Amino acid sequence: MTIDIKQLTIHEAQRLLRAREVSSVELTRASLERISQVEPQVRAVVTVTEELALQQAQKADELITRGDASPLTGVPALIKDNICTKGVRTTCSSKMLENFVPPYDATVMEKLNAQGIVMLGKTNMDEFAMGSSTENSALFTTHNPWDLSRVPGGSSGGSAAAVASGEAFYALGSDTGGSIRQPAGFCSVAGLKPTYGRVSRYGLVAFASSLDQIGPLTKDVTDCALVLNAIAGYDDRDSTSVPLPVPDYTQCLSTDLRGLRIGVPKEYFVAGMQAEVETQLRGSIDKLKELGASIDWEVSLPHTPYSLAVYYIIAPSEASANLARYDGVKYGYSYPNADNMWDAMEKTRQFGFGAEVKRRIMLGTYALSAGYYDAYYLKAQKVRTLIRQEFDQAFTKFDALVTPTSPTVPFKIGEKVSDPLQMYLSDVCTIPINIAGLPAIVIPAGFADGLPIGMQIIGKPFSEETLLKIAYAFEQATDWHKRKPQI
Amino acid sequence: MKLSRDDVLHIARLARVGVTDADVEKIREQLSNILENFEILQQVDTTGVPPTAQSVSLQNVMKDDVEAPSLPVPQVLANAPHQEGEFFKIKAVLEE
Repeated sequence: MTIDIKQLTIHEAQRLLRAREVSSVELTRASLERISQVEPQVRAVVTVTEELALQQAQKADELITRGDASPLTGVPALIKDNICTKGVRTTCSSKMLENFVPPYDATVMEKLNAQGIVMLGKTNMDEFAMGSSTENSALFTTHNPWDLSRVPGGSSGGSAAAVASGEAFYALGSDTGGSIRQPAGFCSVAGLKPTYGRVSRYGLVAFASSLDQIGPLTKDVTDCALVLNAIAGYDDRDSTSVPLPVPDYTQCLSTDLRGLRIGVPKEYFVAGMQAEVETQLRGSIDKLKELGASIDWEVSLPHTPYSLAVYYIIAPSEASANLARYDGVKYGYSYPNADNMWDAMEKTRQFGFGAEVKRRIMLGTYALSAGYYDAYYLKAQKVRTLIRQEFDQAFTKFDALVTPTSPTVPFKIGEKVSDPLQMYLSDVCTIPINIAGLPAIVIPAGFADGLPIGMQIIGKPFSEETLLKIAYAFEQATDWHKRKPQI
Repeated sequence: MKLSRDDVLHIARLARVGVTDADVEKIREQLSNILENFEILQQVDTTGVPPTAQSVSLQNVMKDDVEAPSLPVPQVLANAPHQEGEFFKIKAVLEE
């Protein structure tokens, strides 16, 4: 049968697999073919694991024949290159880890492998997850499948671009300041950042430990629920993992939003926001009202403007500690011609890390250093409390908050690289959510001049069911998710 | 907050990141610019507000101290840049 590799979703593929209308090997070959077809232009994939994928596909076909299939069995996926995959190179798109092969699997990989997934390979990202465009990859730049001269967003740009162009049925990404949601919005796919603590961080290369979360990027909301079902859950190897049971996230999907109270925080419609993005978002929120939700347009979260500063102090501070391990001793790049131990270490980090990574390490080191800790890090942590409290307050009156994902459509490659602050501003809508540890989903909400616009739905902790419900209703009523790039 | 050249060199030393002379000026300018933008946090009244270290209210998460096999040595050394026998090899820590 001919497989429409761009449109076919996980849930549709699973139906075909169980009916034996298609095999996992066929799906895998079709995906690998698609990868070779579009990669010269999109460049989303760092490592393709063809042999492994086909082996996994064969095993999956056996599972399916025996009637032991799970929802993700035999469905090909791509994994962001900061998630440890045993025996498979994991680079974090950095020279520092260019040849690093993890001796263990991340918890999320163990969970997916238990379902019998097919892993096609690892995706490109901003180096060590620091960036909003995937231009900070030390390896190469990924291009947005909707317009190859534009960025796919970041830092999970490879994952988002790959799903949008049909290179995989779904991908895993990670989100510290918007790194799943912003690229999902830029590439017109669904992207979910779970509540902090919902998904284990064991095996995720650490960037900012109090902010990082792994999550799915998928073609539709049902698929998002299926992947979340698979990866969520308590893990005693992650001390910040929350021991709450995992519901079946597919059970909450509905097209009726009556009774749901949605708030729109004014501060997210920032000054300088692109007019078409604003119009499209407002129209999308009106759609939610048509579907039965009540909308309050006058919600205010007054500390929102401080989120950027809070994030760009806390995240680099935590990063400076997490990246101290890259010293050229146990793994990774090691400067070969040093004079002495300190020289070796300093030059390893000078040449192993890219500019943005070094910038953030230094920012963080400064913010934590003696004499500045109180003014910067401690202050940021206190404002963090205020930001969280504001959200908590809002969630006593609303079931969800809806905002834009980004103030603009995907920007041109090279447009923001020379001014770090300009780049940081593209995260202004997504960052507060990580600061507060809340769950949020981004779904396709239209286009401006053929370029994708995403809508963000934010919920209180562990309310992923509500987010998926709202997202599903919107998706079924609009069909934006069915539109695919021409590539 | 305008950083000085010495500030940058101090931070680079603390972070053990080597910097060339050309780097120092660029970093000085970029970091100063970024830090200046963060001065707005001083506007926020945080009297009596406790700091948030992490968003879940877990405390004292403990594990039983159970003996289990560790990673086999060959796997531990598999990514080692320099090794000798069962050891990672580096330049001398203490020199004469």
